[in-house]
Amino acid sequence: MIKKFDKKDEESGSGSNPFQHLEKSAVLQEARIFNETPINPRRCLHILTKIIYLLNQGEHFGTTEATEAFFAMTRLFQSNDQTLRRMCYLTIKEMANISEDVIIVTSSLTKDMTGKEDVYRGPAIRALCRITDTTMLQAIERYMKQAIVDKVPSVSSSALVSSLHMVKMSYDVVKRWVNEAQEAASSDNIMVQYHALGLLYHLRKNDRLAVTKMLNKFTKSGLKSPFAYCMLIRIASKLLDETEGGHDSPLFDFIESCLRNKNEMVVYEAASAIVHMPNCTARELAPAVSVLQLFCSSPKAALRYAAVRTLNKVAMKHPSAVTACNLDLENLITDSNRSIATLAITTLLKTGSESSVDRLMKQISSFVSEISDEFKVVVVQAISALCQKYPRKHSVMMNFLSNMLRDDGGFDYKRAIVDCIISIIEENPESKETGLAHLCEFIEDCEHTVLATKILHLLGKEGPRTPQPSKYIRFIFNRVVLESEAVRAAAVSALAKFGAQNDDLLPSVLVLMQRCMMDSDDEVRDRATFYMNVLQQKQKALNAAYIFNGLSVSIPGLEKSLHQYTLEPSEKPFDMKSVPLATTPITEQKTEIAPVATSKLPEKLGPSRQDIYQEQLAAIPEFQSLGPLFKSSEPVQLTEAETEYVVRCIKHTFARHMVFQFDCTNTLNDQLLQKVMVQMEPSEAYEVVNYIPALSLPYSQPGSCYTLVRLPDDDPTAVSCTFSCTMKYLVKDCDPNTGEPDDDGYDDEYVLEDLEVTVADHIQKVLKPNFGAAWEEVGDENEKEETFALASVRTLDEAVGNIISFLGMQPCERSDKVPENKNSHVLFLAGVFRGGHDVLVRARLALADGVTMQVTVRSSEETVVDVILASVG
Amino acid sequence: MDSTCLEPSLYTVKAVFILDNDGNRLLSKYYDPELYPTMKDQKNFESNVFSKTHKADNEIAFLEGMTIVYKSSIDLFFYVVGSAQENELMLMSVLNCLFDSLSHILRKNVERRCLLDNMEGVFLVVDEIIDGGVILESDPQQVLQKVNYRADDNPLTEQSVAQHLTEKLALTTNVLQSAKEQIKWSILK
Repeated sequence: MIKKFDKKDEESGSGSNPFQHLEKSAVLQEARIFNETPINPRRCLHILTKIIYLLNQGEHFGTTEATEAFFAMTRLFQSNDQTLRRMCYLTIKEMANISEDVIIVTSSLTKDMTGKEDVYRGPAIRALCRITDTTMLQAIERYMKQAIVDKVPSVSSSALVSSLHMVKMSYDVVKRWVNEAQEAASSDNIMVQYHALGLLYHLRKNDRLAVTKMLNKFTKSGLKSPFAYCMLIRIASKLLDETEGGHDSPLFDFIESCLRNKNEMVVYEAASAIVHMPNCTARELAPAVSVLQLFCSSPKAALRYAAVRTLNKVAMKHPSAVTACNLDLENLITDSNRSIATLAITTLLKTGSESSVDRLMKQISSFVSEISDEFKVVVVQAISALCQKYPRKHSVMMNFLSNMLRDDGGFDYKRAIVDCIISIIEENPESKETGLAHLCEFIEDCEHTVLATKILHLLGKEGPRTPQPSKYIRFIFNRVVLESEAVRAAAVSALAKFGAQNDDLLPSVLVLMQRCMMDSDDEVRDRATFYMNVLQQKQKALNAAYIFNGLSVSIPGLEKSLHQYTLEPSEKPFDMKSVPLATTPITEQKTEIAPVATSKLPEKLGPSRQDIYQEQLAAIPEFQSLGPLFKSSEPVQLTEAETEYVVRCIKHTFARHMVFQFDCTNTLNDQLLQKVMVQMEPSEAYEVVNYIPALSLPYSQPGSCYTLVRLPDDDPTAVSCTFSCTMKYLVKDCDPNTGEPDDDGYDDEYVLEDLEVTVADHIQKVLKPNFGAAWEEVGDENEKEETFALASVRTLDEAVGNIISFLGMQPCERSDKVPENKNSHVLFLAGVFRGGHDVLVRARLALADGVTMQVTVRSSEETVVDVILASVG
Repeated sequence: MDSTCLEPSLYTVKAVFILDNDGNRLLSKYYDPELYPTMKDQKNFESNVFSKTHKADNEIAFLEGMTIVYKSSIDLFFYVVGSAQENELMLMSVLNCLFDSLSHILRKNVERRCLLDNMEGVFLVVDEIIDGGVILESDPQQVLQKVNYRADDNPLTEQSVAQHLTEKLALTTNVLQSAKEQIKWSILK
């Protein structure tokens, strides 16, 4: 008998790892026996195994040593030992990227793939395709085509899968094998069927018609492979999604029929596909839900998990559809797999009644420490949803959350909890104090800077307005003493807000500030000094402008403007109003907890949409003298969705001009459009200054043309205007396949829908976190007030929505949410008018037969007040 | 988003790995180059998965946005990883096929030492089940037929001991027979 391993390994006992103390250099040394004749298959096999094992452990092989070993290995093709040959294929695949000149084995592999030994053929094909590039592929194309239709299933499967891998690299070559793949798809072998279907789909996925045909063929002929069925279901549901096909389409019928398949895998795939379809009705969901319900009592954990996870998703959109499964879900609460138990409970929380909440929460807290962070986040999400549904339960939730907050957990988990608590605080004023207390306790021992600063910011915002603001000061000042720079700076800002809001606390805050001015960090000192000076002035307006409501400009915009200012020295001081405003309010956005699946992705903070437009427009010479971009509107569609040309318009507002950007798409593949421009006829005193055409508009490539319009100077109140738009262009017919245009074309035009400019286009949203302070800051110098009756509006919600969208201003203090069962409401809106004038609107609404509205407008500029009142009326 | 449809594709398996009971890697293959591109990421992922799964044999887990199905045997842990939207049962069929095939070539001795002694067979089995993330075969019988690999005689198993003995016995009888024959011939001469 041949000894497999060295003596040393044998002696060290049966529990040891024979590969444990492998040295790369020693193994490579041993590899020299590859060159001995006759070949000793046993020993060579063992050395190859060692090499692969080392590669698998992450050992780094240099190019030279790898190439040397690789070349030695090629000699082993002379041996006819089956396992040795198979290990050679594996070595080739593993070394394909680290060794040089791997293509020298091409002829050996080609010989094996066309040889008589069926055992070699499949693996040889897979190894060969791993080392082949596009140019070489042509040489073996003939063999590949033969292999795909080979009657030996392993050969055919190997060829199909390898072709699929090569689609990425050489699509054009593999595309030519479509007929062979088609033939393979009707094979009797289930795996060949599956692989052929996969390859065919990859080759045709951009051709919707071909995919539809393929689906029709396979759904009718019926496949044997459950994998292939799953694939078909996915293709069908994707196609349904793209074509927005109704649920009466044969594709939907096919998916539904799969619910009655013999194989659980297929049934689950079909149920999951139906559940994930957008706008599915309860009736269509019902059969899918009932098969999932059956799976809930399966002895297989994976199946129970799959079922309850899918039901959990259904419950998000259609809680009522899942109610039928409540009993089965209850049984899963005590499942030994905690993931299943968690999902069952969170599903029940979504579907169950208010009375069961306490019981479920108790159950879940018994094992919350055993589950992974991912599922803890799921639990927090469920709680967050629950709080919105049953606001009265907030005390139970808050208790539970605070316990979770005390436990160990990663950043994502803690962030989810903090976000959840914050949203509860914002929804329920009565939970504010307990919530803040929990958060205070949390920051006493919090390792995540981001969360600590976030909470400090919240404390600064909410704390001063609670009945007992003084109790938070201790928590905040502790941060100043104990934490890192970023947290200390945030704590200083929070302190300043207390000082600004509460006169009786001011002296103590000033004392604390004095201490912060001795801090070792620049930022903390700067902030302390700044706030100290502002607070000492004791002026409401200053406090409002510099402590409560910070800068509202876009930060990249500010950076650019300051850079520009330093480049061109001038006598004038820097004008803050020349800086573009931030488009999205930074705070007070709805707290969105990242879905579990994407929690791994890093969050990117890219430049805002408006900053991108600013760049694009600045690149066009005609627009360079317009000054900074003030506002860009959302795109407005000027055509129906399914027309020859699709045009949408974005309105860019500047201080004295407007630029209309028309994004046009040509959907006719036999036409090339040139010199495209949109002619505009204004209804008011607006003046079209310039047209900048899009030079060429080939099929399905979007292009933009622009129209520059001057706003009327003499009448500043003329803010709204209607433009009739016509697209004019030169058509050249072209060959749909090559895109080659004819030489001559003809002029044509296409009438677009009218475009409206409204008051909202002149106002940029600005968030004032403390509206009251801002209201005082602007003062009543230019205040005007008027009362309107909105006869056509039936509810306060509707009225609030209409006003916000009409004026295009930012609701503050969460006043866009009308509490239930109230007959009156006050809406606070803030914005900046074109030219940099602050505008604040306070609308008192009262519900009688219609809605009566009293609007008070304040602004730093009188005309702006007039404009707004005139436009509302 | 979590709920988006799964792009129809044959690339089902993101990774496969086998760990011992200390969480050390014995074999692992990652099929998606974008997922855990460096060795360090991979080992971190493996140790995270191991720490969350080695205590309870729960068959399925969801970690770092990945669905993981697993199975343990004596001192070995087998894992198959797929994306969050993947059909869990497909992953399960891969895991079962892997386990059954290995169990067969290791003659039901699915434990660390035996696995390491037959590492080449393990590499070949994995290669026959998954190719670059595509499920190549899910029927253990087919896999075994394609791999055509037998574990060495392992004196530790009862079965092989018995086999060993019969072979020895046959050998001795042969020797005896030939000895008798020789004596017979020598006498006849």
